[in-house]
Amino acid sequence: MKVAYWPGCVSRGFTPELHGSMELVAPLLDIELVELDRACCTGAGVIAEHNQELADTLNARTFAMAQAVEGADMMMNICSTCQGAQSECQERLDANAEYRAHVNETLSGESLHYEKGITNKHFLWLMVEEIGLDAIAAKVVKPLTGLKVGPFYGCYIVRPTDRLGIDDDNPRDTYLTQLIETLGGTVVDYAGSHKCCGFPIITMNKAASLKQAGRHIGDAIDADADCLVTPCPLCHLNLDLQQPLAQKEVGRDLGLPILHLPQLVGLAFGLEPKALGLSKHVVKPTSVIDWSTSVVAGVGDGGW
Amino acid sequence: MPEYTLKIRRYTPETGEAAYWEDFTVDLDGHRSVLDGILQAKDRFDGSIGIRCSCRAAICGSCGVRINGRPGLACHMHLEEAAKRAGDGKIIVEPMGNMPVLKDLIVDMDAVHWKKMRRVTPWLLPDGEPPEREYVVPKESMVDITQTMACIQCGACVSDCLSMEVDPEFIGPAALAKAYRFVGDPRDGQQFERLKDLSEDPHGIYDCTHCFNCIEACPKGVAPMSQIMRLRRISGGDHHIEDRNNGYRHEKAFVKNIEKNGILMEADLLPDSYGGKFHPRAVPELVGSLPVVLTALRRGKVTLKKALIPHKLEGQKSVKKIFDTVHDRDERYELNLYISGTDEEPEHGSERTDSGEDGAAAGTTTAQGSPSSSPPERSPNS
Repeated sequence: MKVAYWPGCVSRGFTPELHGSMELVAPLLDIELVELDRACCTGAGVIAEHNQELADTLNARTFAMAQAVEGADMMMNICSTCQGAQSECQERLDANAEYRAHVNETLSGESLHYEKGITNKHFLWLMVEEIGLDAIAAKVVKPLTGLKVGPFYGCYIVRPTDRLGIDDDNPRDTYLTQLIETLGGTVVDYAGSHKCCGFPIITMNKAASLKQAGRHIGDAIDADADCLVTPCPLCHLNLDLQQPLAQKEVGRDLGLPILHLPQLVGLAFGLEPKALGLSKHVVKPTSVIDWSTSVVAGVGDGGW
Repeated sequence: MPEYTLKIRRYTPETGEAAYWEDFTVDLDGHRSVLDGILQAKDRFDGSIGIRCSCRAAICGSCGVRINGRPGLACHMHLEEAAKRAGDGKIIVEPMGNMPVLKDLIVDMDAVHWKKMRRVTPWLLPDGEPPEREYVVPKESMVDITQTMACIQCGACVSDCLSMEVDPEFIGPAALAKAYRFVGDPRDGQQFERLKDLSEDPHGIYDCTHCFNCIEACPKGVAPMSQIMRLRRISGGDHHIEDRNNGYRHEKAFVKNIEKNGILMEADLLPDSYGGKFHPRAVPELVGSLPVVLTALRRGKVTLKKALIPHKLEGQKSVKKIFDTVHDRDERYELNLYISGTDEEPEHGSERTDSGEDGAAAGTTTAQGSPSSSPPERSPNS
């Protein structure tokens, strides 16, 4: 399938391994990525906090660009925060024709126009809903046998459920669990899977922010996780990049590798760990990867 | 009559014994509430089960509990619905979080919720002499605060607030939503003072971590987090209050960053949030972050080039134009779906548009007596 692809900022900034691994995994899933390289930041909730109309207009611009991509089935993103911020703007834009016209007026200078009702899915949603878990299972060449993976969703992709279309038909807040199982891994159930990584308040209340990250990582370790997987690069920043500081804040050793979603998929599809950017993480994913043979193995399992 | 098993968390602190779980099987129609189930268990099996309740109709806000791990009113959840969401068939009922348990399902609302509520001075503080007769205010401005007035003080949002979980001193969603009720009220004369106070407090409006749990928890569509964002918007945007927590500075730095680059230049965001690379406030923060940055550089996660040279977006000029257009408006254009509702039926499943600005059900709009479809409201505070 062909998608208008919004990679987000952080996936090309401080977590380049996310965008990189997505580009490697996409062809294996027959996803053609048409990158929206002129689109701008979603505002990550902060621009909406500053001025709703500004955030709505910036995202309407991105939606309009996505709608202009010829032959694209839908728009796709790889960031929970992008998904949440965009869904919020879309909700307002789609709800009110007068408001939509007002926003489109601003876009008219660029000859762009947003038509109500764009389908914009995070890679996670797209995999489960468009490609299907059976089709994904069929592509697994190195099942994640013995690997104990804790899902870490990021707030923006699980709440509010109404806005994000999460219901009995689309239990999107369980997709990571389903996917880990599909890839052959073992799901670790722990307290923090749907909680906040703390990133939004890192500059305002650093202690509280790091405590959140540290606590969830600690909970996952206590539940015997080998690693966490997250569909959100901002969560990755707080959970991986800041993990040494989070460790100090909660006063215990952590050292839990945090994987981006496409990295986990890529490993099961047989891609090289290094190519997936796993060497770029602050917490080395040695518990996930046996670097000498590049096969996936759980800690203490002795490999397979 | 169908049977349902309630797994209730029992705890009496005075006994010195640990909390434990106890199962009770009740027989009630599936359309009866979880509260009805608890009351039947209390009536038939154990009169000592502690539960606080009164109206049984989702009005009084007394019976806040966690059902299957999610906060809400026990009287507002059907047994059959709860059973459907129960992992192993048993409906798990436990007390709300973030507050000490007094007995079984009863938490100490005084120690947390009401204390925080008092913290925000929850009454009108008008300026000058009161008018001879009633205050006359524009209708829109009162409609604007109806969403916060819908709060029934049940504590469901407080229960699952993730900021409060790590910072118990956080003023929290319920009290801050209440704060907006007065900040947004044109009769109040202390808007600036209230906002100055709430933004300077390290546990105030900038301590909210944006997790949406309160929006999800609220049985009345108050959307506390969205009210907190409005407090920030007025505090920064209208009063330019530079708080000691870097809240407004961070917002400004972020907005400027995108205006300038189109996409986020992370290396600038952190120092700018503290007032700039060479600001005395920034130095200790940056030094503290140095080991992290060095590791990131060593791993090739971040390159020096990327950290130092702005990666401007192609098409940044058009982005800048949007910033200029919107910033040049006389007042902020704010669409609150809680008030305006949706004017068209949703057509597609995945991007549903049937909820309020903040996840509030559109139906609640009518319940609040507001027009179900009206033109967008302009912010009364800009």
